[in-house]
Amino acid sequence: MFAAFDNFPALLIWLPLIGGLLSFFIKNERSVKAWSLFSSILTLALFAVSLFYTDQKHYALNSVSYVWLPEIGSSFALLLDGMSRILCLLTAVSFPLIFASTYSSSYRNPNAFYGLMLLTQCGLMGVFLAVDALAFYFFWELALIPAYFLVSQWGGERRIQAAFKFFIYTFAGSLFLLIGIIYVYLKTPDQSFSLVSFYQVQLTAGEQGWLFWMFFVAFAIKMPIFPFHTWQPDAYEQSPTAVTMVLSGIMVKMGLFATLRWLIVMFPDAVRQFDNVVIGLSIVGMLYASCVALVQDDLKRLVAYSSIAHIGLMAASVFTLNLLSLQGLLVQMFNHGINIIGLWIVVFLIEKQTGIRKISQLGGLAQKAPALAIMLVIIALANIALPLTNAFVGEFMMFAGLYKFSPWYAAAAGLSIILSAVYTLNMIKNVFYGNLNAVTQGFKEIVLHEGVILAMIVVLIFFVGVYPEPMFNMIRSASEMIIGKFIK
Amino acid sequence: MNAIILSAVLGVVMMYTGIAMKNSPSVKYVAIAGVLLLIVSNWLEFAGISFFSIDLKGMLSFTSFGLLFNTVAFVSTLIYFLLSGSDVQQVGKNGADYYALMFFVLCGVSIVSSFQSLLMLFIGIEIISIPLYILAGSDKRNLKSNEASLKYFLMGSFSTGLMLMGITLLYGGTGTFYLSGMNLGGVVMTPLVGLGIVLMMISMAFKASAAPFHFWTPDVYDGSPTVFTSFMATIVKAAVFVAFLRLFENGFGKLQSTWQLMAAIITALTLIIGNITAVFQQSVKRMLAYSSIAQAGFMMLAVFALNTMGKQGLLLYSAAYCLATIGLFAVLIKMKDYTYDGFNGLARHEPVLAFTSTIFLLSLAGIPLTAGFFSKYYMLVAAMKTGQMFWLVIVAVVCAAISVYYYFRVIQSMYFKDAEVTPAVAVGSGFKALLVITAGMVILLGIKPGLLLNLMSI
Repeated sequence: MFAAFDNFPALLIWLPLIGGLLSFFIKNERSVKAWSLFSSILTLALFAVSLFYTDQKHYALNSVSYVWLPEIGSSFALLLDGMSRILCLLTAVSFPLIFASTYSSSYRNPNAFYGLMLLTQCGLMGVFLAVDALAFYFFWELALIPAYFLVSQWGGERRIQAAFKFFIYTFAGSLFLLIGIIYVYLKTPDQSFSLVSFYQVQLTAGEQGWLFWMFFVAFAIKMPIFPFHTWQPDAYEQSPTAVTMVLSGIMVKMGLFATLRWLIVMFPDAVRQFDNVVIGLSIVGMLYASCVALVQDDLKRLVAYSSIAHIGLMAASVFTLNLLSLQGLLVQMFNHGINIIGLWIVVFLIEKQTGIRKISQLGGLAQKAPALAIMLVIIALANIALPLTNAFVGEFMMFAGLYKFSPWYAAAAGLSIILSAVYTLNMIKNVFYGNLNAVTQGFKEIVLHEGVILAMIVVLIFFVGVYPEPMFNMIRSASEMIIGKFIK
Repeated sequence: MNAIILSAVLGVVMMYTGIAMKNSPSVKYVAIAGVLLLIVSNWLEFAGISFFSIDLKGMLSFTSFGLLFNTVAFVSTLIYFLLSGSDVQQVGKNGADYYALMFFVLCGVSIVSSFQSLLMLFIGIEIISIPLYILAGSDKRNLKSNEASLKYFLMGSFSTGLMLMGITLLYGGTGTFYLSGMNLGGVVMTPLVGLGIVLMMISMAFKASAAPFHFWTPDVYDGSPTVFTSFMATIVKAAVFVAFLRLFENGFGKLQSTWQLMAAIITALTLIIGNITAVFQQSVKRMLAYSSIAQAGFMMLAVFALNTMGKQGLLLYSAAYCLATIGLFAVLIKMKDYTYDGFNGLARHEPVLAFTSTIFLLSLAGIPLTAGFFSKYYMLVAAMKTGQMFWLVIVAVVCAAISVYYYFRVIQSMYFKDAEVTPAVAVGSGFKALLVITAGMVILLGIKPGLLLNLMSI
């Protein structure tokens, strides 16, 4: 049925799936860690190879459609184009980083933990690659189930409630998405779930109006946009750090990506009608999250709220609908993932040694661990999008796009950037500088392999910051395609 | 036809087995052999080989839909016997008789899946119901079981009375018992016919435990011995829905516009009441009773929509629902305590039981990759294809989201809470293997529903 291995998209899904299923049977902790790291590196290597075959000539290697449910017009169709490539890149790069950086932590039932992590990777790849609405919905849910188990089994004290809230929110959202998908499917000329047919559907403005919200609420919950964000700080705080990295680095991009791929092209009238609402909500969310982040004393919650603020800007720029902000967004989706994972790694390293993550109880770490401090400062500056770092390009373009849409929005959003600088620098000041206390007295410098992982992230930050051209080449045609549909 | 006659004969055979073997464990194997025989003979009929040629005067007709449903019901029964057979015999002294009664129920099931005449419907429903009254009360020394039996009997007779009244009125209005001969829609609707249809709908809703006629269900399901609850809540319920669908499709299909609103209201009420009440239950057995009401709401969508998609969906729904619920009940019987907390720590002590239960629960909740997803999907598409009463779809979706709450509570107990002692009695490896196979079937249907549906020629 899907048993062909001669193309990249299918392999990108099969590798983590097989790796994950095998992990369940490796009971030994050391072996399963090594295996999952190896498996994720293999996926990354495969993705790297696929980058050499991106031209039109090798289209068949990047697009595939298997017979799945012919009776209801659905096929297992996958496509690796510019838009999905950038997110698959993020997924492929992140998992080795996550596994390597948390290599020292040990879990109860490690085989199940690593198995579920790899299954999550499989689900994420599927979401980014699927160009059949039903397959997309399948993967959308499949990414959620392992994440639910990961949070509730290995998370913190209130993990069960937090994970459940997370699950109920997203599941309820996705059921509405399902209704929307079915409605559009019944309207397609050839009764098919393929992306091409979905793009061809002619809908009246009224239909677009309510369908837009059916789709968008599901995506907004995942991002999350204010006021659908309440599950997020709890889930991030309670998850084990490795899972938090997946949730905040990659999984939130599902919502943004799905909006680009499935929503805006299908409902152009509704997008124009509601753009002010969505951008308004996003900006309110940005300001709100930034203000909450200002007063957070918990490191994990601080990073969680800062993530909401950044996602808000990205969500707003989807709806400004100009080429500039769209390209900035696509690049920023990758860069934000890398930066936030970097931040989480630092939080993880601090928590691992001291056992606390209250900012007020820490201090002076820079004296004990100068290397960690330097890395953190670079990652934190990238997170607030200083020039020469990777995030600068993307955020600058998104701001420019937002300014073109309306200077007022840009001004309001700019405020949150200032706030973001305030709380980030505050955090650095309180955690890394100031006086040592009883807890931080015994803090030790990071060991070599931790340093290497952080260094890799730092190199990525500077490389993309100085030379973002390859990334723009990757997404150029995809972004032009989306904008093209609107200008027409 | 094969199945109807054979199941009746097998029922008698089981009674004699009881005389010969008393309550020895081999009774179970006779019953299993009997179901296998039923499956094969039904399948032969599907392939066109009928053992009996009887002039039925058109009162029964064996369509691929009906025969396929028989297959689903018989295979579910087989799994049920294999998983819970020994528990059946532990209920009382007369193990073989319980099997005999269940074969009679299967006879009724195969009649209602193929009736063409209201008389046959009546006989079929009664053949299903009467053995169930006995099974509900089979735990004689248990007061709750007695209560369940009496309640079931009273409510059942009441709804049977309504059904008879409905049939009488329809006969008065049309002059025939045959569904095809009633020619409703061709003539002007008379008050007699209208009232007849309403009474039929109410009585079928009673039998299918659809709200607002569901009040007997929780007490009966809770009070009956758990093994028989499993049988009643799955195979029997699905059969009643098949009868419901056949009656309204073949008999009153042309008048759909007149009764559709009533069907929609029943559907919505069933969904809302079933799901919301299930949330507040403390016992998993009682939760499953309410969940069966909730699932009935989804099955009602097929009656509401009355199209091919709904028919296929009902078939798939029956299979998905029966497999998952039978599996869950089989695990439940092995638990020492039926409350949610009774499941604590199951994952640590009995990982296979916990894992398969999780798959069954995910299927009932309608998560993709399980049969439950596609069965809900088919129902939703069927309802949306009618192009009417879109609010019903929204109600269904909201209720599906609510259902996650109570299904996942069991998963939470099993996996994320711990207990020192094992919460389940010891189970054999054969039982576990069978659970894994059942879970495998749930997943298989969740990836390729066509395996079942493509057999149905419309």
